[in-house]
Amino acid sequence: MGNLLEVNNLSISFTQYVQGLNRHDSKVISDLTIDVNESEIVAVLGSSGSGKSLLAHSILGILPYNSHVTGELKYKGKVLDQQLKEELRGKEICLIPQSVNFLDPLMKVSEQAIGECKDENEHNQKQIRQREIFSKYGLDESVDGLYPFELSGGMARKVLLSTALIEDPNLLIADEPTPGLDAKSVEETINDIKNLKDHGKGVLLITHEIDVALKTADRIAIFYSGYVIEINNVENFKNSDNVLHPYTKALIDALPRNGFKLTEGVQPLGEVTGCPYWENCPIRLDKCENNIPELVEHDGVMIRCFNFEGGK
Amino acid sequence: MIKINNKKLAKFFGYKAIRLLILLIVIAAISFIMIQLSPIDPVKAYLGQRIVSQEQLAIIGNYWGTNLSLGERVLGWLQTLASGSMGFSLIYRIPVTEVILQKFTASLTLMVVSWVISAVVGFGLGVIAGAKEGTWIDKVIKTYCYILQSTPTFWIGLVLLMVFSVYLGWFPIGLSVPIGQLSDTVTFWQWLYRLILPAITLSIVGIASLTMYTRDKLISVKKSDYFLFAQARGESFWGTIKNHGIRNILLPAITIQFLSFNELFGGTILVEQVFAYPGIGQATVAAGLRSDVPLLLGIVIVSTIFVFAGNFIADLIYQYVDPRLRGEDDE
Repeated sequence: MGNLLEVNNLSISFTQYVQGLNRHDSKVISDLTIDVNESEIVAVLGSSGSGKSLLAHSILGILPYNSHVTGELKYKGKVLDQQLKEELRGKEICLIPQSVNFLDPLMKVSEQAIGECKDENEHNQKQIRQREIFSKYGLDESVDGLYPFELSGGMARKVLLSTALIEDPNLLIADEPTPGLDAKSVEETINDIKNLKDHGKGVLLITHEIDVALKTADRIAIFYSGYVIEINNVENFKNSDNVLHPYTKALIDALPRNGFKLTEGVQPLGEVTGCPYWENCPIRLDKCENNIPELVEHDGVMIRCFNFEGGK
Repeated sequence: MIKINNKKLAKFFGYKAIRLLILLIVIAAISFIMIQLSPIDPVKAYLGQRIVSQEQLAIIGNYWGTNLSLGERVLGWLQTLASGSMGFSLIYRIPVTEVILQKFTASLTLMVVSWVISAVVGFGLGVIAGAKEGTWIDKVIKTYCYILQSTPTFWIGLVLLMVFSVYLGWFPIGLSVPIGQLSDTVTFWQWLYRLILPAITLSIVGIASLTMYTRDKLISVKKSDYFLFAQARGESFWGTIKNHGIRNILLPAITIQFLSFNELFGGTILVEQVFAYPGIGQATVAAGLRSDVPLLLGIVIVSTIFVFAGNFIADLIYQYVDPRLRGEDDE
């Protein structure tokens, strides 16, 4: 199993002008480290609106111009710079976008799945492949000529998924593939994504739905206030004993099947000087207030907490 | 393939026809009343410098119905109009319909040519500026548009005349036929040659607004999710502009261009005046200055139909070309 994607210490911030000419850098993703292997699904789980999608955008090189990125991205051991991103995107790395809004409203869906072609020949070849993939997902020929606004939610999902598979990529980035879908479609989407894994592909699943992450992923990275605070194997998420971070524990305990224990407190919105969970943490130490813990390995689990540093 | 529901289309046409009819009646009546209330005296305008006695004046007035009440006169005018006659032009001494037909055809070429120029150039510049937003070329195009937008048409016409006709001597200074030649003997190229400068002048103002509109639309499309996704799928820059940008801005741009028919008509009056181009614009000015009431009213009605046609086509495009608006009841 090779390492498909490595993200090392990725930080993304935006330059904004507040109150006239005062520049302000607002950090959305801080020091994010994660990796995806072949035949593996890694979920990034975090609340909606927390900037998870920017991770996907930075891997594909489509961040807006006022963003500032530090850290390192690697694809198959090679550093992913903008040039390599532009080369690989759409071919080896594909995005499965969130919603039907990501389809051109005035283009027939089959043409969108086929995408840009150099000549007639390439177009014909891709059209055959598009038809294959559409039928695989139960989209018959009448769907080919439809426009995005004519699709149902479930059909749109399948079309979006198909767009990513035309080129047979190695790495797929699924950005919130499930919101707004009924239970059956969610189930189908989960199966579709798992199916990709069985074909040797790596999937980075970005979601805020904990159930989807639990049912789909092999490993789950918990995204909290811009930081990844824990990356753990999915089987450890069955109950709160096997996860390490106090926030993850609280999250698991809050699930209905685990007793619905709710914890007070919200994620800090602004920048913090110390551990982002310090304010709400039941096991905080003195140094947590003003020092940010590193993401370290502890018994095969990646954890960002001072309680687990230094081999404790 | 564009699927069109005939029943829906027929309904659309019927509805528009009724609107046009009402509009024409109202416009005809209002413009007639306005002329009646103005100091223009049709009898005096008809007679010109000829000296006639009071009795003869009264006879002519009686014949023309100037002694009737305003309501009766409006009704009479509308009745004549309904019978297809627009009266007799006082200047040209032929029926108004003939004058308009002749002058309007001359202007129509001018308007169509400049309309096409402004559409192509305006859209093209808009796409370039929008695609290259923030670069020097965008700034150049933007500045150019601001200058054009804030400059009156007739002034641009004068400047072009000075530069190209007077200083450089590339183009004639006016008229649609060479001086001393009958209009029947003019060749196509002579005619085209004389059309260039007025057509360019007329197109210039249209270019500025269409360019700014196109640029703005393209920039908002570039910020859309589907544009981002196309980029994420590795489509080339100009590929995304062509496949997603232009595809999504073409319809609104065409619509805007059809809606600009009224500006075109207003512009042609000024341009024809500057270039001494004998079209509907010149006829309008002449009719106004020399109190040719029938011709003036005729032109008002024809221009109403012209502008209505522009709006109608814009509506038609919106309703039937955009797949989202073609409607579910099509199939």
